[in-house]
Amino acid sequence: MSNFIEVNHATKSFTMQYHRSLKQIAVAKVRGQRTHDTFNAVDDVSFTVEQGESIGLMGLNGSGKSTLLKLISGVMRPDGGTVLTRGRIAGLIATGAGFDMNLTGRENLLLNAAILGMGREETQRKFDEIVEFAELGKFLDTAVTYYSSGMKARLGFAVAIHVDSDIFIADEALAVGDRPFKRKCKEKMDEIRTSGTTIFYVSHAPGAVRKLCTRVLVLEKGRLAFDGDVEDGIRFLHYDDEDPEAGGSEDDGLGADI
Amino acid sequence: MSTTQPKSATLPHQVLPPLAPPAAGSGLLEVFRQRYLLGMLVRNTMQSRYQGTALGWAWSYLQPAVRFLMFYFVFQVMIGRGAGVENFAIHLFAGMVIVHFFTESFNGGTQSLVQNRSLITKLAMPKELFPVARLLVALWHTGPMLVILVIACVAMGWAPDPEGLLATLLGFLIILLLGLALALIFSVSNVFFRDFGKVVQTLNQFVTFSVPMMYPFTMVQDRFGERGAEIYLYNPVSTAVLLIQRGFWTGTTDDPKATAALHLPDHLWTRGLIMLAVSAVLVALAQLWFTRFEKRVPERL
Repeated sequence: MSNFIEVNHATKSFTMQYHRSLKQIAVAKVRGQRTHDTFNAVDDVSFTVEQGESIGLMGLNGSGKSTLLKLISGVMRPDGGTVLTRGRIAGLIATGAGFDMNLTGRENLLLNAAILGMGREETQRKFDEIVEFAELGKFLDTAVTYYSSGMKARLGFAVAIHVDSDIFIADEALAVGDRPFKRKCKEKMDEIRTSGTTIFYVSHAPGAVRKLCTRVLVLEKGRLAFDGDVEDGIRFLHYDDEDPEAGGSEDDGLGADI
Repeated sequence: MSTTQPKSATLPHQVLPPLAPPAAGSGLLEVFRQRYLLGMLVRNTMQSRYQGTALGWAWSYLQPAVRFLMFYFVFQVMIGRGAGVENFAIHLFAGMVIVHFFTESFNGGTQSLVQNRSLITKLAMPKELFPVARLLVALWHTGPMLVILVIACVAMGWAPDPEGLLATLLGFLIILLLGLALALIFSVSNVFFRDFGKVVQTLNQFVTFSVPMMYPFTMVQDRFGERGAEIYLYNPVSTAVLLIQRGFWTGTTDDPKATAALHLPDHLWTRGLIMLAVSAVLVALAQLWFTRFEKRVPERL
């Protein structure tokens, strides 16, 4: 098996600017206050992912999950270390990004597909499938402004999940769909997984991670604190002993963030 | 989202795509390679503008037509002969076509990265796409204005001449390259300091008044002398406006040759070609500037 993701001592630091205008900066300097701070959102993280693995990336809010994901998807470049990937990266990272509310569902579908990297032929080939998946029916030629939030989410989701990819990234809490739609999404995700696509999945829901992932990474304040078996990872985070209400059934676990 | 790699969606026993940094390719060439996406962005921006209007595309002709009629009425009928300049309404409108193209691509391009924050912070795509798309939208908007201009010129007895057409084309090329260069430089600068957006708005006002559009070029010569006029012509937009005056306005006057000799500077073609070369160099420099700073754009937006 060959590596599809190689992350080597990747570090990403951010600068926090406390003041923006020259006046504020000058005043802060005179008072001897700090004008900015840097911190590492991702700090010396190393791991490799083989073809066909599905990784669950877990961690508390602010632990650097999204930043790490942005390094892998290529939105950001590491300040230190390297990130290498193989093939096309797609997934549920920006569903509905770039929707123009004035345009119809059909126009937005085509635009969104292009934004997510699909070419003309690929879009044409999958058009019917996407429309069917989104269940928009006769609203396809209505301006997206008039869509319900669920319809908007379904459209964005339907386009994103149909982009062919070698590495599939999912980072989004999408609690809008109804139960049948969630189930359909789950099936589609399973299909992507069984087809051998490498999956990188960010989640707080142990149920979903259990179902979908073969390995868990846990980030703590930007550092890789755990890398290994799914059950051990969930235990490491103490996500296994939560109250039964939040844990819920496996189905609800997945529903909570897909 | 790495859109640059070939679509290799995994099949077993297939040759694997290479391990590479996931960042999308960048640069103006990459934008050209992704022209399907560019076309989608441009088309949808234009479609979105007239969505919900009953007249639709007609608006893009109506607005400039009304503007021209207003100029005509005020300067030709009311003031009469526009303070000594023959067909002053054409003089003004022709200049406005190209100045409008410049200010819209400069201003729109500068705002383009900030406005597309939701895409840029989530997806890896060549960021030059956004200023370029705004430039093309601005170019497309000059189409209806040019149509109105041609109709007005023909009504005043203008017939196209090859040299005039070439002059117009050269004027547009200068603005296209200049607008692109400035949009690249200022869009990325605007991400770090929003002051640049304000600077651009101020500059655009300055440009509107510092080109021979609301007054003839001869007025600059009269007031500021030959040296002042020379400095005035260092502004590429001035040269482009003079070229479009050569393309349309001079042809509508009673004696085009005399008008051109009087109201256009010497060596207009040489000046135009030099400005084209300067703008091309600016585009190269702007690309270097953009590449240098675009890496930190997603985290600063």
